[in-house]
Amino acid sequence: MIPEIGQFALILALSLAICQGVIPLIGAYRNDVAMMSVAKTAATGQFVFVAVAFGCLTWSFLTSDFSVLYVANHSQLSLPTIYKISAVWGAHEGSLLMWILILAAWTVAVARFSSALPEAFAARVIGVLGLLSIGFLLFALLTSNPFDRLTPPAADGADLNPLLQDPGLAIHPPLLYIGYVGFSVAFAFAIAAMLSGDLDQRWAKWTRPWTTLAWMFLTLGIMLGSWWAYYELGWGGWWFWDPVENASFMPWLIGTALIHSLAVTERRGLFKSWTLLLAITAFSLSLLGTFLVRSGIIVSVHAFATDPTRGFFILAFLAIVVIGALILYAWRAPSLDSEVGFSLLSRETFLLLNNVLLVVAATLVLMGTLAPLVIELLNGGKISIGPPWFEIAFLVPMIPLVLLLGVGMHTAWRTQDKRPWVALLRIPAIAAIVIGVLLPLLFYGRTSLLLALGVAAAVWIIVMSLIQPVRSMRRKEGAAAITRSALGMSVAHLGMGLFVLGVTLTSAFNIESDRALTPGESIDVGAYEFEMRELRDVQGPNYSAVEAIIEIRKGGEFVATVRPQKRQYLVQKSWMTEAGIHVAWNKDLFVALGDQLGNGAWSVRVQYKPMIRFIWFGAIIMALGGLIAVSDRRYRLTASKPSRVSSTATETA
Amino acid sequence: MLAVGLAVAGIAIAAAFTLRAFQDNMMFFVEISDVVAGDYPKQRNFRIGGLVVDGSVEREEGSMDLRFRVTDMNCELPVSYVGVLPDLFREGQGVVAHGRLGEEGVFVADKILAKHDENYMAPEVADSLAKHVEDKTAPLREGVTECNPQ
Repeated sequence: MIPEIGQFALILALSLAICQGVIPLIGAYRNDVAMMSVAKTAATGQFVFVAVAFGCLTWSFLTSDFSVLYVANHSQLSLPTIYKISAVWGAHEGSLLMWILILAAWTVAVARFSSALPEAFAARVIGVLGLLSIGFLLFALLTSNPFDRLTPPAADGADLNPLLQDPGLAIHPPLLYIGYVGFSVAFAFAIAAMLSGDLDQRWAKWTRPWTTLAWMFLTLGIMLGSWWAYYELGWGGWWFWDPVENASFMPWLIGTALIHSLAVTERRGLFKSWTLLLAITAFSLSLLGTFLVRSGIIVSVHAFATDPTRGFFILAFLAIVVIGALILYAWRAPSLDSEVGFSLLSRETFLLLNNVLLVVAATLVLMGTLAPLVIELLNGGKISIGPPWFEIAFLVPMIPLVLLLGVGMHTAWRTQDKRPWVALLRIPAIAAIVIGVLLPLLFYGRTSLLLALGVAAAVWIIVMSLIQPVRSMRRKEGAAAITRSALGMSVAHLGMGLFVLGVTLTSAFNIESDRALTPGESIDVGAYEFEMRELRDVQGPNYSAVEAIIEIRKGGEFVATVRPQKRQYLVQKSWMTEAGIHVAWNKDLFVALGDQLGNGAWSVRVQYKPMIRFIWFGAIIMALGGLIAVSDRRYRLTASKPSRVSSTATETA
Repeated sequence: MLAVGLAVAGIAIAAAFTLRAFQDNMMFFVEISDVVAGDYPKQRNFRIGGLVVDGSVEREEGSMDLRFRVTDMNCELPVSYVGVLPDLFREGQGVVAHGRLGEEGVFVADKILAKHDENYMAPEVADSLAKHVEDKTAPLREGVTECNPQ
């Protein structure tokens, strides 16, 4: 019964999405207030019904209702409760439902915090979001119904993929989706602005906080995915340039460009058409990512099982969205030329370069990701592009980007006077070069050109981002404090600096060794000695495991004991590696068990990973910067008390 | 428009700059039958894929040296590998390996690819198997003997 309620709720949600997608847009066109006011009510109603559907699916998982095909395929009686919940979005159908729920939630948030927007504009934004929702609900109902029944019901389920039975992965997809889907808000604002033809700077001001929020969630989502891959896939890498990782990274790059471009549009009314194009691109790349993951056309460790219908549907949807948006863009954008100018030495110039470099980076990633597909279509054979290519290619735009970033932050809008500017930059630049050369030599005993450049760039960004906040703290009484918006920028850039430092040092000084080890034996990796003390059997709730007790010593002194496991999950009979990791602020010591080799020996992968925590820590600081920027008073105006319309909407719901 | 122009120029420069690296890092997938027939890129790494032949995995006790055979249901290729195997490596299952052809026709793998999900098979492997299996539901033949490299 419960699954049927869920199914029915999903169909009702579709009907409401159609109302939400059609009536307000017609209303805005005809300037009909009654029709426009349908937007918020329909959006709230749609959210409620999608939430009911999501709740029903969760209930089916919690009660282990194996008469539901999706539950039978992705759960199991002895699965811990937390993973029964996260299994809801553990595979295609459920994660699509979650995607729809998040889209509905963003829409309700926009409806709730849109009282400062002109009614017609808000109606258009919500209407466009409704159109997107129609597409996804149809996708779910026609090709990927999570409530399909299984007759006769299974006695027990097939279990959740053991790789997904992990707390990191329980929250990685929701955060990533909140980010991905969040760009649909920026997209909807762009479309609404183009539909209305009224593209003044207010549009950028309204869009900015939403875009920054989406970007913040996407940053956290990607960071969690990287962290999960590091400890759960078992092999200690933090980024693999896998097509699906790239699929989340491209919208991030374009989203980052969009945030910066919006700043120019809001402050100076420049780059309007470019900003619109970025908003369209960021969301289109999110859809492309969905297509790549769910169609199975690209070889990836992440790919869901292949289904051509789904691939075709999402490709058609992508085509409609992109082509529709671009036609509208081609029609409206030419009228957007701006009269304002700026001098060569100005913040505008640096933000322009930022945008160019980020777009180049995203294009290179896109090229590398799609090249295998294109070459195969041209009958050029089946190829793959390895991480080394991405690593080289990506550095080309990134090195100038990080160097310019430090300068751009301290350049004034419109035009910057040269002399104070050079005076400000001189000392940090010298400091960065000196530390860049010395730090690797002093702490790690060797260096190279790229390494010195990486460290210098990181120090450069860190110092430059600290200048403004420090000055604000030490300001004289009565002087204006730093705005939240500027503080957010500084913090996000500080995070970027920490990230660059982590990436540089980890890749340069990481030591990795695969060895055969029997209890009592030890191996040396860097300055550390890893001794396998014993092997023992361990029982988990739904797995049995072999655990190695490994003692780590440095110069004879005890550092830590780690307990890597090799688990066999009982239902799927599949093996899983749980790495044993000793975490310190400046290094990880990582041990993973490989295979049983006979004679009591196991293959073991041991790694020394200096500064790797800075990669994820830097990403968290970047996201924090986004949060601070959103809390700026400028934007709080849009989040004022609910208007009459939205409060009645809540009551009807 | 200035931004679009600059972006296009930037992309062109970056593309030119990285095109060479692109060629060096491109790795071809070669079907087992083609490898056996001698039709594979010499002097560079390539990828192979197929099913791990049942009972073919041999390991020297206590050592990380490993040998197994991979089949595309037409021909078989011996593979050697030293290192840690991915969790989903199993006899009778699909596998993808990176490496090059060494002496005596043994494929020396430097990387064995993991999969995310055991129901998922890399599309190129599925294609190459489908060519040689008329009835895709037929059980695996053990130790395919006749091999007809095209």
